[in-house]
Amino acid sequence: MFRNTYDSDNTVFSPQGRLHQVEYALEAVKQGSAAVGLRSKTHAVLLALKRSTGELASYQQKMFRIDDHVGIAIAGLTSDARVLSNFMRQQAMSSKMLFNRPVPVNRLVSAIADKAQVNTQEYGRRPYGVGFLVIGQDKSGPHLYEFSPSGNSYEYYAMSIGARSQSAKTYLEKHYKSFEDASLEDLVRHGLHALRETLQQDKELNENNTSIGIVGPASHFEKKPVTGESFRILENGSVRPFLDTMVAKEAADAPAAPAPAAPAAPAAPASGDEDVQMAE
Amino acid sequence: MDHFPTNWGRPRNDAFDAYGTYPIHQRPQNGPKDAFVDGVQRTQQPIVTGTSVLAIKFKDGIMMAADTLASYGSLARFKDVQRLFPVGDNTVIGAGGDMSDFQYIQTLLDGLTIDEFTAQDGHTLGPAEIHEYLAQVMYARRSKMNPLWNALLVGGVKDGKKFLAFVDLLGTTYSASTLATGYGAHIAQPLLRKAVEGYENVLTEEQALKIIETNMKVLFYRDARSLNKYQVAIITEQGVRISESKTLDTHWSFAEGIRGYGAQTQ
Amino acid sequence: MPAMVSTSQPVQQSFNPYTENGGTILAIAGADFSVIAGDTRQSEGYSIQTRYAPKVFRLTDKAVLAVNGFAADGNMFVKKVRQRLEWYRHAHAKDMPIRAIARLIQTMLYARRFFPFYVYNILGGIEEDGTGAVYSFDPVGSYEREACRAAGAAQSLVQPFLDNQIYFKNQTPAPGTAFPKHLPLSTVLPLVIDSFTSATERHIEVGDGLEIYIVLSKGSTALQGLQTVRGVQELTATNDGERVFVIRRELKKD
Repeated sequence: MFRNTYDSDNTVFSPQGRLHQVEYALEAVKQGSAAVGLRSKTHAVLLALKRSTGELASYQQKMFRIDDHVGIAIAGLTSDARVLSNFMRQQAMSSKMLFNRPVPVNRLVSAIADKAQVNTQEYGRRPYGVGFLVIGQDKSGPHLYEFSPSGNSYEYYAMSIGARSQSAKTYLEKHYKSFEDASLEDLVRHGLHALRETLQQDKELNENNTSIGIVGPASHFEKKPVTGESFRILENGSVRPFLDTMVAKEAADAPAAPAPAAPAAPAAPASGDEDVQMAE
Repeated sequence: MDHFPTNWGRPRNDAFDAYGTYPIHQRPQNGPKDAFVDGVQRTQQPIVTGTSVLAIKFKDGIMMAADTLASYGSLARFKDVQRLFPVGDNTVIGAGGDMSDFQYIQTLLDGLTIDEFTAQDGHTLGPAEIHEYLAQVMYARRSKMNPLWNALLVGGVKDGKKFLAFVDLLGTTYSASTLATGYGAHIAQPLLRKAVEGYENVLTEEQALKIIETNMKVLFYRDARSLNKYQVAIITEQGVRISESKTLDTHWSFAEGIRGYGAQTQ
Repeated sequence: MPAMVSTSQPVQQSFNPYTENGGTILAIAGADFSVIAGDTRQSEGYSIQTRYAPKVFRLTDKAVLAVNGFAADGNMFVKKVRQRLEWYRHAHAKDMPIRAIARLIQTMLYARRFFPFYVYNILGGIEEDGTGAVYSFDPVGSYEREACRAAGAAQSLVQPFLDNQIYFKNQTPAPGTAFPKHLPLSTVLPLVIDSFTSATERHIEVGDGLEIYIVLSKGSTALQGLQTVRGVQELTATNDGERVFVIRRELKKD
């Protein structure tokens, strides 16, 4: 299938000044199931939708623990994510080894962004096919970052990545002002509502397909004693109490159903699925 | 598999990878690196040395002192050397032992502070982090049998917490409310403990200064490698202050009465 | 040439990468608990460097490691073990079982067979079958599982005492009775404390402070007795069932 003359090597610009391989990598992120991240004054949370290839198959892991104070949710190629998360774990550990200090979250994100950038410039490489939402806590409080294969990283109040993440983004944009002072339970509920927007028709969030990642003080819904405020991943039975707090879609003041024509988010790079323009 | 039976049971020569077993960029370089390895000298003893460093906790932070002498054996070689070194905004390190190794440590720490400053993200290295880093450097060097021949004190205040700890050429570390290196560990440490332990949050800056001065004087009287010129570093939440060199007021008239020391002829 | 002067080549005093920092550690295994203790004095020669330098470290909720010997090697070794445990946690999403930690420690020690970590390790905790365990190591990795072990400066004072009181060596049971295989925590704790007060009395490198870690297996009956002990503090981090406690005591400082 002919697409474009300028897309076989990522180090070649198109006459429009674009790197098509990088843009295709961003598409790979959009193929992955959605992940949502939110931040309040006290907490940062991740919510992700796990996919399974069928009734008999297990669900794909969407979240990884990096250190006591950092965790990620991924969308895109899981194998690339493992490489990058391993690198992040090494960084976190070397910070502990050298300085006995938990690595500052922003530096961790910058480190993988720099790695990703190299892949957009050097001959014979390919960009990573995965995007991250990174949450973490350090001396400057809880944080939420997005990392993408283009080598960009931004900090957000709330963000979503992956398939149909635009719908979740629309929900988040409508409600983000209330996140700052929200309780952990409210924050997660907003996250679940946003994540729900990314679902296909007739699908719903349940114990099996939902992962929740949290940094910050424990909720009364959490059974396990949390040491300090470290990152933990809730799955299966542990997400039940949070799922139960969700308000039915019709009843909630949720935005209109995921509209394909939803307005593009100002925070996000203007893009859609039809993004790549073909013939010049 | 080595197909040459004559090589079996012998040490492998990894410098020559006859069968291309390794990707080029990760081929081990186990052979001698150059012809001069046998000529490389490692520090086996200190040359130009500083003597004791003292440090105590007091109400507002840490106070550290060291005289300004760098000796060449028993020769008082350099009499105006600063042995207290500020790192970042809330840490001071004080060094005894080899002064050239200490200057190397200063360049290491300068590099580190610049890297940290360049990040410009609000995260800074406090005394605890700097101490951990130094401990790793010192331990790594001793493990290469090429030590940095120093005993270092690291003191500082960050986020309302006082920090005072020790690290030496072996990588040995410890922390206490009074610390002293070298000769001071024997002479001054007992006096410091008596004056400070239990009063770490009570002693005022003036009282702490007095304790430090007394101990520097005792050391000058008893330590033949010491000098009556010294500097004091005061580290508080507000930052680091390192004084100009102070001169100790000492009296030697008692020596007149000592047989074989004073003016008497017999 | 005067007889007192050596005619041999000048000898260069080479750098000695080791020192000895004193102190003593011990561990005792019960049926469903394990006690691991160490004093907190760190010294070199006749100088006390500090009165509080911990030698006993909680690794997981089921394993506690005591290290004694050259303090710099000890601290570095604990740091490296913790790193390996963290990677295990990343890979398997659970804590490494104690018998695996024991084998890991032997591998790590033996890897440095020709430039050893100059440390004696004692690992205490709970096995996967719920029994109390103590593993002791030499600096190059020889190890075995035991019921009790003392190491460090006052090993020669404490170990014979434990042999007598734990293994009932040189004691004869009353006719028709047998010695118990495992002692209860209420018997073990006073033995530990007495071991250290005695060692402090007779050994100059032991003293200042005492840290006693207690690891209880799931549903251990020793829990009730422990909670009434003065100053006991819980350190448990997970909900796996095993629980870790620490008791701190003063020792003589002279």
